[in-house]
Amino acid sequence: MLSQIPTYILSGMAITIAVTLVALPMGFVLGLTFALLRVYGGKFLSAIMAAYSTIMRGVPPLVLLFVLYFIISGVINLTPFWAGSLALGVVSSGYQLEIIRGALCSVGSTQMTAARAIGMSRAKAVRYIILPQALRLIIPSWSNEASVVLKDSSLVSALGVAEITRKSQLIGASTYKFLLAFLTAALIYFILVFLTNRLLDYVERKTRIPGFSHHSTL
Amino acid sequence: MDKYILEIQNISKRYGGNVILKDISLNVREGDTVVIIGPSGTGKSTLLRCINLLTRIDTGKILLDGKDITTKNVSEDEVRQHVGMVFQNFLLFNHLTALDNVMIGLTKVRKMPANQAKEKAMQELRRVGLADRASHYPGQLSGGQQQRVAIARALAMDPRVMLFDEPTSALDPELIGEVLEVMRKLAEEGMTMLCVTHEMGFAREVADRIIFMEHGVIVEEGPPAELFYRPKFERTREFLWKITELYGKHKDEEKPGDTST
Amino acid sequence: MSEWFTLFSNSLPEFWKGTLITLLLTSTGLGIGFLLGIPAAVIRIYGSKYLRWLAIGYIELFRGTPALVQLFVIYYGLPDMGITLDRIPAAIIALGLNSGAYQAEYFRSAIQAIGHDQMMAARAIGMSRIKAIWNIILPQAMRLVIPAWSNEPVSLLKTTAIAFLIAVPDLMTKAKMVATRTYDPIGAYLAVAVIYLILVVILTAILEYISRKSRIPGFDLEIEAQRST
Ligand SMILES: Nc1ncnc2c1ncn2[C@@H]1O[C@H](COP(=O)(O)OP(=O)(O)OP(=O)(O)O)[C@@H](O)[C@H]1O
Ligand SMILES: [Mg+2]
Repeated sequence: MLSQIPTYILSGMAITIAVTLVALPMGFVLGLTFALLRVYGGKFLSAIMAAYSTIMRGVPPLVLLFVLYFIISGVINLTPFWAGSLALGVVSSGYQLEIIRGALCSVGSTQMTAARAIGMSRAKAVRYIILPQALRLIIPSWSNEASVVLKDSSLVSALGVAEITRKSQLIGASTYKFLLAFLTAALIYFILVFLTNRLLDYVERKTRIPGFSHHSTL
Repeated sequence: MDKYILEIQNISKRYGGNVILKDISLNVREGDTVVIIGPSGTGKSTLLRCINLLTRIDTGKILLDGKDITTKNVSEDEVRQHVGMVFQNFLLFNHLTALDNVMIGLTKVRKMPANQAKEKAMQELRRVGLADRASHYPGQLSGGQQQRVAIARALAMDPRVMLFDEPTSALDPELIGEVLEVMRKLAEEGMTMLCVTHEMGFAREVADRIIFMEHGVIVEEGPPAELFYRPKFERTREFLWKITELYGKHKDEEKPGDTST
Repeated sequence: MSEWFTLFSNSLPEFWKGTLITLLLTSTGLGIGFLLGIPAAVIRIYGSKYLRWLAIGYIELFRGTPALVQLFVIYYGLPDMGITLDRIPAAIIALGLNSGAYQAEYFRSAIQAIGHDQMMAARAIGMSRIKAIWNIILPQAMRLVIPAWSNEPVSLLKTTAIAFLIAVPDLMTKAKMVATRTYDPIGAYLAVAVIYLILVVILTAILEYISRKSRIPGFDLEIEAQRST
């Protein structure tokens, strides 16, 4: 058993990363779509998106995860990995919606006016003028959200997904070394969070527009 | 022979490799008003901060009432109670009313009972003409009023010496007068003051002595009449010319360094 | 839909008990976090070199790892060192330690926003460092921090749901019990989702009210707030 521990932990780590890599982009795609609807979608859609955001951010991720997990697995037959990752992505979409909305608003209506003034349609203005600026602005907040999702991926252990937290529980139970098992898990999360932040810092520096640096606050 | 209240003996100060103050000596008599002038970055603020021990000197000595305040066994906090300091940007405590700003040193540092402290603080506010603003927060006061409260806050500690670091240079022109007026009154009452200021009208009228500093040394010093009209050094003359250009509104002034007077 | 209302009303007494536990976890965790967060922030800024590293270590370790793993370390791990805690105390300690790290960062940005000048002005009238921190820096920081700090109670309230995973009888655990009894997990978890949402809305309203009340005229500052769980 003891000799298997490293492999065990490594496979757990791989699943943690995989869950994050499913949930984060999914949250981004949903969040971006919903943010655009929230800002440019007219009264009705905007109100719905506001409600969506309030609910997603007002309910504990763990509770949402359970609700969504049971809904998803009632509709289609998915493995816990997929059901859990998708649910985590939906949870994150609420937060990403707000991050992107903040950036869209801070790029502001003056840029829209300027784009319309040279004859762009609203959609084109959003696509070519507003979004390229907004997406650069969100990187610092998005970096924070990435580490939140990474840490929240520990919650899918409750759905039986064998990521690091779950693996540590199993190792702890079979070796009676719970402290060591969970401290190892903590260390791995810490390193992953650290690396994620460094990576996104790097992306932020690389994509920075010279002389344009006000950041969105959320 | 007059007694010196403040004796600065050959002090030097460096930040990293930069020598900011080079072997400065200066004595101030009780009741004197000394005005320090000089170009930006010369070390004027640093000199005041050394006297208030907000910065430690590297070599030399500073004596207050004959006692060396720069040795290790002297309590900084004790010394600072006797050396009042007024900053360019006021630095009132933002969360306290004018009255509380003046009181807090008395209650927290001097441990004075609240009612007694309040009485004394009101007295100081009256002294700077702001008794009616006692319950205002700094954010509700004009710059000139804030600076007067800051002066009252320093006065409340009954300092032996007051240090002013460009007290009016952050103020709109129409607010400068009220602060200078308070300072003038203090000088008349016999307060010992060391002022960094480029208000030449004030310097000429109130100062007993003017000190011209440049590059961390005292270039020249003397009574206003002498320094203004018969500067010994070309640099002093040039600087005074520039200053009067900048603050040219004192129309009654002759051109400094004009020896024909 | 009407079935769901039946489930909800039938389970109300249980949910009520769970709510009380959830609020207990939130308030005590917040209190411990507050008591830890302030010294951690002060030490991180004003402490000597070693103390500063200690504060940084605490803050970064607890912010850089999942609250759930912290809870497991405390509840399942500490017995390996001979420290055995009951469920509720374990949850409270874990949540308090976790919240303290986040609160420390809120306090830190507020203290730093007040800046070096206020300290200098306080020292200039003869205050000691400690006195200046206590009388001048912290009172201002406490007011400045309120808008950003207001995120923490809500954030912690949501985090408390992890206590379910060590079977603390909080709202989430009640949901599971109701789910098992009624064979309607979606209905049961939706019910507590609604209750959490209501709690969050009420808490947010209270905090906004306090935020408005505690402003100092002419003294305002915005500190960035981020999702912290
Ligand atoms: N804490 C510090 N660390 C490093 N250098 C400093 C520090 N404080 C001041 N200096 C440097 O010391 C020099 C003198 O500064 P000081 O503020 O005393 O000048 P000053 O004569 O008051 O100028 P001003 O008229 O602009 O206020 C400057 O070059 C400044 O950059
Ligand atoms: Mg200066």
